[in-house]
Amino acid sequence: MQLDQSATAKVPFEAVVQEHGATVLRVCRAVLGVHDADDAWSDTFLSALQAYPALPGEANVQAWLVTIAHRKCIDHVRAGSRRAVPVDSPPERPSGLGIPGAGNAELLDAVSHLPPKQRQAVAYHYLAGLAYKDIAILLGGTPEAARRAGADGVKALRLALAERSVLAHSSKGEIR
Amino acid sequence: MTLDPTLDHSEVAELLHPLDDGLEPAIASLRARLARDAQLTHTLDVAYRVVDSPVGKLLLAATDRGIVRVAFEVEDHVEVLQALANSVSPRILQAPARLEDAARQLDEYFSGKRREFDLILDFRLARGFRLNVLQHLPRIAYGNTESYAQVAQAAGSPNAVRAVGTACATNPLPVIVPCHRVVKSDGSFGGYLGGTDAKRALLTLEAAA
Repeated sequence: MQLDQSATAKVPFEAVVQEHGATVLRVCRAVLGVHDADDAWSDTFLSALQAYPALPGEANVQAWLVTIAHRKCIDHVRAGSRRAVPVDSPPERPSGLGIPGAGNAELLDAVSHLPPKQRQAVAYHYLAGLAYKDIAILLGGTPEAARRAGADGVKALRLALAERSVLAHSSKGEIR
Repeated sequence: MTLDPTLDHSEVAELLHPLDDGLEPAIASLRARLARDAQLTHTLDVAYRVVDSPVGKLLLAATDRGIVRVAFEVEDHVEVLQALANSVSPRILQAPARLEDAARQLDEYFSGKRREFDLILDFRLARGFRLNVLQHLPRIAYGNTESYAQVAQAAGSPNAVRAVGTACATNPLPVIVPCHRVVKSDGSFGGYLGGTDAKRALLTLEAAA
C-alpha cells in the first residue's frame, strides 16, 4: 500500500482492516478471551469505520484502533458482567477461554487469570506496540504504573507457564 | 527462579503467540461480518468487489446511489480505490453482496447473453460536457459504433471532438457505459482506458453475438 501524498488523504478503510485487523484481534483475545474477542473486534471496527472520516490524517491509526478496542472490551465485560467481573484477583474457576490448540491452552488460561490492568498493559504494549505513556492514558495512573503492570504481567505469565510445565511433568493427568 | 527485569519485546511476543491460533480464518469471517454490519447500519459509503472477465480483473464499486466506478486492472485497483477515498469517502470496504447484480450482468454480457445493462448508476465522478457524453453513450446500440465526431454532435457540441475523446478516456464506468463503441472516423479503434486489446475484445464480442 503506497503512502498518502497529502496529510488529508486517507487510505480506504479496507486497507486499515487489512493492516491492523490481526493486531486488534490479538489484543481483544488477550483482554477478553478468544470467544468474546470476535464481538469486541466487530464493535471496534464498526465504530472505527463510522468515525474514520473525522480522524486527523496524521493520527496513529493503530493506537486509535486500540483505544477504541479498549473501550469496546470494557463495554463487553460490563454487558456480560455476570460471567466476567474485572476484579484484581479473579477467583479460581474454569477458564472461559476456548482451546483453539490444545498445547496453547496454558498460555491462554494464564492470560485470563492476570489482573485486568496487567492483561491490558501486556496486550497494549507487547501486542499493539503502544508506549506506556499512552497506555497510562487508557488505564489511568502514571506511565510508570502502566510499565509496572506490563512487567508484572509478563513475569506472572512466565511464572504460571513454568509452574504448569512442572505440574504437567509430575502429574500429567491433572492437566487438560 | 530469577526473571530478567528487562523484557525483550520479541521474546514476549513469542510467549503470547498462542493468541494467534486460528487467527486467519477468524479475521476472514470477521471481515465479512463487518461488511454486512456496515451495510445494515449505513456506515459504508463505497462497497467494492473484484470480478474476473475476459478483459482482465474488473473492480466494481458502488455508493448508495448506484455503481460509481468500473476499473480495469491496468488502471491499478489500489490507485483507483485511493482516488475513490479522496473524492467520495474513505469509508470503503470490500462488500461483494452489494455488487452481486452488477457482477452477474457483466458475466452475462461477457458470455454474449446480455446486450444492455439494467443497473442504477452513480455519475458523480463525471461533470459537465463529459457527463453529457457519457449519458449519450448507452444510446449507441450493442454491436454498433459511432465516431468521436458523431458523439460530439449528439452531445450538443459538434466541435468538441477532442473533448469527447477525453470524456471516453476518463469514463468512470467503462464496459457498462459503452465508450468502447466510440471509434475513430477512419474506422480504427482509437484509444481506450483499458488498452486497445480490451477495446478490440469488446467490439469483437459484440460483433459475434
